Amino acid sequence: MLEVLTNGALNIVVDSGRHGFMGIGVSRAGPMDALALDIANALVGNGPEAAAIEVSIFPFRIAFLADMVIAVTGAPCRAELGRHRMPPYWAMRARAGDILSLHPPELGARAYLATAGGLAVSPVLGSRSTEVKASFGGLQGRALRRGDRLDVDLEEADGQTFPHGAAGFGVLTETLAAYWRELQTGTVQLRVLPAAEYDEFTDRARRDFAKASYQVSEESNRTGARLRGDPLALRYRRELLSHGIVPGTIQVPPSGEPIVQLAEANTCGGYPKIATVIERDLWKCGQMRPRTRLTFRPIDLEEAIEALKDGAAELQDLKNTVRGQSCRTPTPS
Amino acid sequence: MEHDPRVSHAGAGGILFDVAGESFEPAKQHRLWALAESLAAQPIPGLRETVLGINNVLLVVDPLVTHPGRVTEQLLRRWENVQPAVPDSRDVEIDVHYGGDGGEDVASIAAHAGMSANEVVEVHSSAVYTVACLGSMPGFPYLVGLPSRLHVPRRKVPRVRLQEGSVIIAGAQASVLPCAGPCGWHVLGRAGVSLFNPEAPVPCLLAPGDRVHFRCGSID
Repeated sequence: MLEVLTNGALNIVVDSGRHGFMGIGVSRAGPMDALALDIANALVGNGPEAAAIEVSIFPFRIAFLADMVIAVTGAPCRAELGRHRMPPYWAMRARAGDILSLHPPELGARAYLATAGGLAVSPVLGSRSTEVKASFGGLQGRALRRGDRLDVDLEEADGQTFPHGAAGFGVLTETLAAYWRELQTGTVQLRVLPAAEYDEFTDRARRDFAKASYQVSEESNRTGARLRGDPLALRYRRELLSHGIVPGTIQVPPSGEPIVQLAEANTCGGYPKIATVIERDLWKCGQMRPRTRLTFRPIDLEEAIEALKDGAAELQDLKNTVRGQSCRTPTPS
Repeated sequence: MEHDPRVSHAGAGGILFDVAGESFEPAKQHRLWALAESLAAQPIPGLRETVLGINNVLLVVDPLVTHPGRVTEQLLRRWENVQPAVPDSRDVEIDVHYGGDGGEDVASIAAHAGMSANEVVEVHSSAVYTVACLGSMPGFPYLVGLPSRLHVPRRKVPRVRLQEGSVIIAGAQASVLPCAGPCGWHVLGRAGVSLFNPEAPVPCLLAPGDRVHFRCGSID
């Protein structure tokens, strides 16, 4: 069992997300940085569906009331487990009574805490992810508060081994290191695929979209990131009927300043869409902060599929490394 | 003449299949309902989500299982062959408390439409609405059938918060809010109806094709 020691209106239980219910208006929800959650689960030997904690409010403190193997991934931050320091993307054995403290990250926005076995909250509509907007899933459909206790799925944790010493064990891929370098410059490039109304924007708007940089505004959350920058104009005004949208959709409301839809995006929208952040790069949006600058690089469908394949292969390599099997050298993306 | 369906990508795995013309066409929605049923009965391998919109449908597939190009071919073929079908549907009555704190916009809609507040209630509550699709937020019904006299563009500035059960209109659309939240539509009243319960075996009160009848419970 774990006991939360700090309040945080945005510290929530997440798993890989809610799938198959967009047709009744239910968002995917789940992690903002899905890659970090995948790696956290891999480090502690969980399957990809296990539930963990997404931490967006720091400092975050949590106590372990039993021995368990844990991993911390996501935004690189000072992490202390008892008297041990945990480097980024690291797994360790926590002892009963240990306290984990996560300090505000130097880079990025969100950290993930996974425990071997995963958190034992009840699934709602097939997922343990918290749905903040409609208040269900996760722990009672809400963010974690001081004093909350969370059970670990002991059956799942049973039989898992952690063949590492007190210092623990971690991974750091070239993809992550490259992204941190990018975050340090303050400007992040996201690959995008042109969307339904791309051709209806003016030549200038399409040029600006591919060249200019846009700044993440303070009015950004798990639903979407509002951007500030050169307004993007359509060649003519068009009323669209409501249509399905996915996380990653870049909408352009009448103000001309784009909005990137994120994990808790509404399932339908009505604004023109210039492009979609490709699935492979969506995790990066989970680590943007207000004032991070974005540039968009349009690519084609085959490149977007290829990128997804690379991502899947890289994650498999990483899982193989964790299991102590041979692996290829990760290739930079 | 009918437009050809427009197919666009929403990321590597999203395919937006848009058959809309200039305005909403019920016949096309009936074909889309049938298309969605065909996708549920005989899914395309790797299909993850089917999201019905208004005269369009979005599919999300795993592009590493079925290439989006193949999905588009299959969609076009199914669209050509699908017969319009109205799904098993129900008539649902919803009691509304019009006006007052929960229906602040009755007066402004009346002014816009050049009628009295009572006429607004009369026109809104005597129409029969059809659920075109669910979406945006859990259990939110997009209702078609709003009489044209009540067509008013959305509010310029959305309200930060409207209560659960708010009975709302915007443009040609009508709805009821399943949970409290920000909203740019006009609010005519409040209904004590639960539209979404994630713990229930059938989480949504309404389904595409259902007919909704608003009944005037009281007017403030």
